[in-house]
Amino acid sequence: MNITVAGVKKEVKDGITVAQLIIDEKVETPQYVTVTINDEFVESGTFESTVVKDCDNVEFLYFMGGGQ
Amino acid sequence: MIKLSKADYEKILAHAVKELPDEACGLIAGIIEGEDKIIKKVYLLTNTDHSNEHFSLDPKEQLAAVKDMRSQGLVPLGNWHSHPESPSRPSEEDKRLAYDSKASYMILSLMDRENPVLNSFRIEGSNAEKENLIIED
Repeated sequence: MNITVAGVKKEVKDGITVAQLIIDEKVETPQYVTVTINDEFVESGTFESTVVKDCDNVEFLYFMGGGQ
Repeated sequence: MIKLSKADYEKILAHAVKELPDEACGLIAGIIEGEDKIIKKVYLLTNTDHSNEHFSLDPKEQLAAVKDMRSQGLVPLGNWHSHPESPSRPSEEDKRLAYDSKASYMILSLMDRENPVLNSFRIEGSNAEKENLIIED
């Protein structure tokens, strides 16, 4: 199936989960990553069970924060 | 070298002052030419911590900013935040949460309100290296 990851169209295997996509995309520091699918935020505890569907638009957002 | 326009510097400064006493934050985007980063656009985001000691970017605004960058052919270059009461240098928390060694982390100190100081750093682990920041018209 075809999806879009960070604005780039890709072919991935059917039934791929968000967790597997994070691995396949070699996402660095995944503990700091927020994922959206079609602009909806995926809860971090559900990456293993959330399946990406054909034509989905996936974004990885890195947590950014700090303090003085 | 990292280059910021005077207009964008003023934009960051005005937002940081407006958000006092809280820390203000945002993103920077632009182009990369060789080893130089040219900032073409700064984004003013909400500090969801609403704190004078911490900041977290609003994820929804972050998503919108990333899409905007892409639509304009810009790349994410890093982020910026203010230190209302401390110098323009990364705190231990800033270092701990700096996951991207290629990103620029800009810090605007408002400790001396009459003389704000903006510096840019690259951070890898516990090491912070100051970048050559040029602010020009």
